[in-house]
Parts: sequence; structure tokens; C-alpha cells
Amino acid sequence: MKIPFVYNVRSVLQRPVSTALTALGIGLVVAVFVAMLALANGFAMALVGTGSADNVIVLRRGADNELSSGIGRDAISIISSFPHVALAADGHPLVSPETYVVINVPRVGADTLAIANVVARGVSDRAFEVRRNIVVTEGRRFQSGKSEICVGQKLVGRFQNTAVGQTMRFAGRDWTVVCHFTAAGSSFESEIWGENEQFQGVFRGNVFQSLTFRLKDPKGFAEARRALQDDQRIQVDAHEERAFYADQSQLLGSILRFLAVMVTSIMAVGAVFGAVNTMYAAVSSRTPEIAVLLTLGFQPRSVLVSFLAESAVIALIGGVIGCLLALPMNGVVTSTTNWASFSELAFAFQVTPQLLLEGLIFSIVMGVVGGFFPARRASKMPVVQALR
Amino acid sequence: MRFLPLVLANLGRHKRRTVLTIISVALALFLFASLRSVVTTLNSGAEVSSASRMVVQNASAIVFTLPQSYANRLKAVPHVKAVTWANWFGGKYGDGRKFFATFAIDPESYVAMYPEIAVPDSQKEAFFHERTSAIAGEGLMKTFGWKLGQNVTFQGTIFPGDWTFTIRGVYHPTTKAIGDDSFMFRYDYLYEKYPAQVTPGWFILQIDDPSAAPQVAKAIDDQFRNSPAPTKTGTEAAFTQGFATMWGNVSLLMNTIGMAVVFAILLVTANAMMMSQRERTSEVAVLKTVGFSNVMIFSLVIIEAAVISLVGAALGLLTAALLPKLAGFDTGGFLPGFHVTAGTAVIGAGVALLLTVASGLVPALGAARLPVVQALRRVE
Repeated sequence: MKIPFVYNVRSVLQRPVSTALTALGIGLVVAVFVAMLALANGFAMALVGTGSADNVIVLRRGADNELSSGIGRDAISIISSFPHVALAADGHPLVSPETYVVINVPRVGADTLAIANVVARGVSDRAFEVRRNIVVTEGRRFQSGKSEICVGQKLVGRFQNTAVGQTMRFAGRDWTVVCHFTAAGSSFESEIWGENEQFQGVFRGNVFQSLTFRLKDPKGFAEARRALQDDQRIQVDAHEERAFYADQSQLLGSILRFLAVMVTSIMAVGAVFGAVNTMYAAVSSRTPEIAVLLTLGFQPRSVLVSFLAESAVIALIGGVIGCLLALPMNGVVTSTTNWASFSELAFAFQVTPQLLLEGLIFSIVMGVVGGFFPARRASKMPVVQALR
Repeated sequence: MRFLPLVLANLGRHKRRTVLTIISVALALFLFASLRSVVTTLNSGAEVSSASRMVVQNASAIVFTLPQSYANRLKAVPHVKAVTWANWFGGKYGDGRKFFATFAIDPESYVAMYPEIAVPDSQKEAFFHERTSAIAGEGLMKTFGWKLGQNVTFQGTIFPGDWTFTIRGVYHPTTKAIGDDSFMFRYDYLYEKYPAQVTPGWFILQIDDPSAAPQVAKAIDDQFRNSPAPTKTGTEAAFTQGFATMWGNVSLLMNTIGMAVVFAILLVTANAMMMSQRERTSEVAVLKTVGFSNVMIFSLVIIEAAVISLVGAALGLLTAALLPKLAGFDTGGFLPGFHVTAGTAVIGAGVALLLTVASGLVPALGAARLPVVQALRRVE
């Protein structure tokens, strides 16, 4: 027969301080666990979401990021005429030859030290069509031939002079901010966009860094890549846009995840020890009670399960506290450097329901592990001695 | 100290609980020290930098270079004693998984500028006389199993092609804050292959008077303000600090986690101490009856908490200091010179004291204020 669950709940309530301390300890572990994974999640999402599955980014052969790439104008027109490139409604190819530089931009309210590297991307007018997730939230797109720029939403408010109508100065020229845009949380939101022909003149001369085009056949990447690499006139590598940006997140993403797992597993050991101590104390202070239960005919197995459940309940309370502690982190924007391009990358913590569930499961596991030996001792108690 | 055996006997009563609590404290301090070391290592760049060195870079952005002709003009600026330059190479070796810094440097002037990068004289000579030679950090040599005199081939990412260097020197950083995993080769080799594109990425200046740094910076930046490549000049400390801030809120993150860890373990320790005291209520009453003063009882409990905290803390801090060396832990090239600083150890000791007070205070007060008669009544 099973011991009623309410017995455990009441026992837990009998020792409020001890229970609360143990639960809080476990709760902190869960909070750190959830928050760190939310950080890793948010970082990976920002870069994974940057690319589209049916876009291809073309770089110079051997270059592993846009910063170190370079493609001449002749190569751009050759690639644009490839049959694998999708066409827009007006019959022009959906390509965006882009210049890519990293510039120094001062942060808001900061001294000269707090200058961050921000990506300035020169795009063609087609870029807004090639990349479906770009949405202009305020103002209008920059006009061709003018010294105008659009600023990613995540830069707004964090860097100086980023409001629409204000003027930013870089590369020896003044640029009027004419719009803000979002890009579904991706790393484009941490960039400044202007017209490629304008940026080319002031930055790196007559060369583009990359070319992004939409595939005519969404599944035709392998074929397009082969065609591009076999063409003797050009020296380029083609990458799936999504995979290309996702790769950039790999190094830092895996560092963050490793850190999360290492830190929380070490913390978890400490918290489990706390649970072990608490449960042993609970068992020894209730020795006569347990003996009575056994005398009444409850199976040792039921006693074991009962104490495991008690430990799990304490841990679960902790897990809930931990999730509640971590929840406010959701959406908090933080920034780090994308080491693939040495540039600022802002992203938001992403606390997903799945992550919360994992946190709760994690807490229960801690409780069960911590409660096992004390529960076993309770179930194996010699009745006669205990009753004495 | 007369009562130390009593404290130890109390600790030995629930051996398992004592051991588990000590290990918890050790784990907490280990994590705390490791996380803090990440922060101190990130910030250590500023410590390395000499107050008499300044860095001149392109004002637009770090990816832009400066004309070679600036070298002579910089030399003519008052207070500037020496000038050298370097360029970021960004090559890949092998499968490119391991990240390390690769620079092209002007051999004689750069080596003279950085006495912290110690290279034996004979190797220095070899480096100065062979265009394709290079010097590598001793850590990097070990990572890849390179030998002196070996040829290594990199794939250039910024400067395409295969680059073969002959390792003619191994440097040993004389300060921990400089990584031992950088790779440096000759600027003229880079220039020879790409004469049209290669110009210095940044200049490093030696000035005769550190207090003149702001004037020097202003003089240089004013001079080049209206040239095609305006400059941004700052102390070396500011330059390296700039890299540290690129990590964004990492320091805040590490410190927050460190605090959470310490607090979580505080709960565990406090709980253990309270449980011990609750079980010993009647004993405390007996001790009081035989003449132990309240102060004495109070100190006994605090000392017990102190033993747990301090032993745990010592274990944790030692592990944090020794483990990276013993396990050959590698930070993926991101944290050259990772080590636990004396400051971290001191703060760790402070945390242990805090743990003692926070976990011992409530039970100790409870024990000291225990009304003897009532407590004894509970003893059958």
C-alpha cells in the first residue's frame, strides 16, 4: 500500500526553515542553469536567424568571413547572370552585392573608451527583397545616391545619434539616419545599412565583400555551388546563408553552453549535498514515525518511495522558484562581440518553455538523487530498535 | 584553543554531513575563483601594458590600415623615442579549429619595443636575418608539437594563399598577462607578397615621459586629422582595454554567477549548521549547566562553522589555482595567461569568512540564548 502523499507535504511544512533553505539552494542552481542556457540560446538564435534557407552568400575563395573577403565588379556581374539566381517580379536578378566594414561608433553616454565596433553594410536596393525578414519600423529606406543610412533596431538608443533624422559621422562624411529596421532578432539588427555604391567610395575602394542571392530552386544549392566553383573566370566559394551565419555562432555558442553545463553541474553537486543533509536529518528526526509506519504494515518500498517523493517535492519547489527567478531575464538585451567579424552583436536572452521544463526536470533529478540514500536508510530501518 | 578537540568531536559526529558540507563549500569557492579569474584575465591586458607605450590606429575602424609613411612622421613628434608597427594576419593552421593570434611585425624595432616577449639572443639574430622566419610562443609550440627550425604552412584568410614560415625563435612571456600562444612573423615577408595592399595595421610608440601621453596623442591626431587616414592615438592600456570591453557584459555575467553560487552554498552550509545545533539542544544545556558561559557556547558554534568554511575554501581555492595546470586546461586560445590572481585568493578568503558568520550566526545565537531549564526538561 502506498503512503498518502499528504503525509510528505505535512512533514515538509513541519520544517519550514530547513525546507526553504534547501529549496532556495536548488532554486538558485536552476535559475543559473536556465539563465545561462537562455543566453546561449539567444546568441545562437541571433546568428542562426540571420540567414535564410534559400539564400546563398558568395565570398572570395578561402575567406571564412565577410571581413576578409573581396569580390570584384566583374565577378559580381558574372554571378548575377547565373541561371540559378531567382528573378524579381520586374525580371532583374535577386542579388545584393555588399560591402562590409566594421567601424567605430561611440556608445550612448560613455567616455572615449566605450567605442564599439559596429558593422556597416553597404547593400543594393534589392537587399530588402533578397532578405525577407527585414522590416522597416520607422522612416523610409535610404535613397540611391544620397548620404543616408538605416540603423538596426538593436543599435537604437545604445549608440549615439541613431534616432531618425540625426546625423552620424564616419569615414569622413556625415550620414543622415532615415530609418530603423528589425530583422526578426537576427544579427542584422546590430548593423548599419547604407547604399553599397556610397560605402564603396569611402571605405575600401572598388570592391565588394560578398554577394547574396536568392536561389531559383530552393533545393538547388549544391548545384549552384558546383556551377560557381567550376567557373574559371571567378575565384569564389558559395555558402548557404543560414549555415554561414550559424557557423559564426558555433565557437562562442559552444563556449557559453560548456560554461553553462560546467557551472551548473558543479553547483548542482553542492545543492544535492544540501538535499542529502536535509533528508538525512529528516529521516533521523522521524525515526519513531517511520518505525510506526513499518509496523503498521507499509512496505519498505513504500517508505522509500515516500521519502523520495518528499525530497522531490522540496526540489520541485526550488525548481519553480528558480524558474521564476530566471523568467525576468527573458528579452533582456545584452551584447558581445561576434569574433568572426570583430563586431558588436546584440541579442536577447531567450527563456523558452522548453528551457523552463528542463529546469524543472533538472530540479527533480537533483531532489531524487539527493533523497535516495536517506530514503533507503528509512526503508531499511530495523523496526524494533527504532521503536525503542 | 583548549576546546578545539570538542569542536572537532562535534564535527566528527555526523562525519558524512561535515564532509558533504565542506565539499559544497570547496565547490563553491572553486567556481567563484575560476569565474573571477576569467574576468581578471580579460582585464589583465591593461596590466601588461607599459605606461610609456602608445598605440596609433586608424580612426575609422580597426580593420583599416595606416600608410607606411606615417612611421617617419610619428618619429618626429616630440617625446616619441621609438616607433614600430604590426599587422594582423589572421591565418589558419591545420583544420583552423584552434584560434591563435598571428601578427606581422617589423622585426628589430618590435622586439626592442616589447622586452616582455623574451627570445634568446641567438634566436633573435636568426629571426632578424631570414625573411621567412617567425617566432612562436612556447604554449603554441607545445599545442601543435612544433620544433625549432620547422617549416609551418598557414592558409591566409585576409591575405590569400599558402604561407610557409620557418620557426626560428620561441618566446617566453616574462609576465603572465601576456599569452604564450601568439605567432609573429616578419612584416617584410607579408609586404613582399602583397605590396599593393599591405600597410601597417597599427603603430606602437615608445615615449620618454608617460605623463606626456595626452599631449602626444593630441599632437598626432591633430596632425593627421585631415589626411585620408585620420588616426586615433591612445595609451596601450586603453588599446587593450578596448579589446576587453568587446566581451560586453561578460564580466557582469561572471560576477553574477559567482554571487549566485556563493549564495546557494551559503544556504547549504547554514542549513547544515542549524540542523547540527537543533540536534544538540540538550547537550548545549548540559554544557551550560556545567559552567560554560554564553560567550563560550557562542564561540564554539562559530568556530565549528569557521572550520567548515575555511577548510572548504582552502580546498576550493587550491583546486582552482592548480587544476588548470595539472589538467592542462586550455581556454581555446581565448584567455591567454589564465591564472588565479592573489587578489582573487584574498577575496575568496573573505567569502569564506562571510560564510562563517552568515552560516554560524543564527545557530550560535540560538545556542547562546538557550534557556537551560526548558532545554533540559526535554532530555528524558
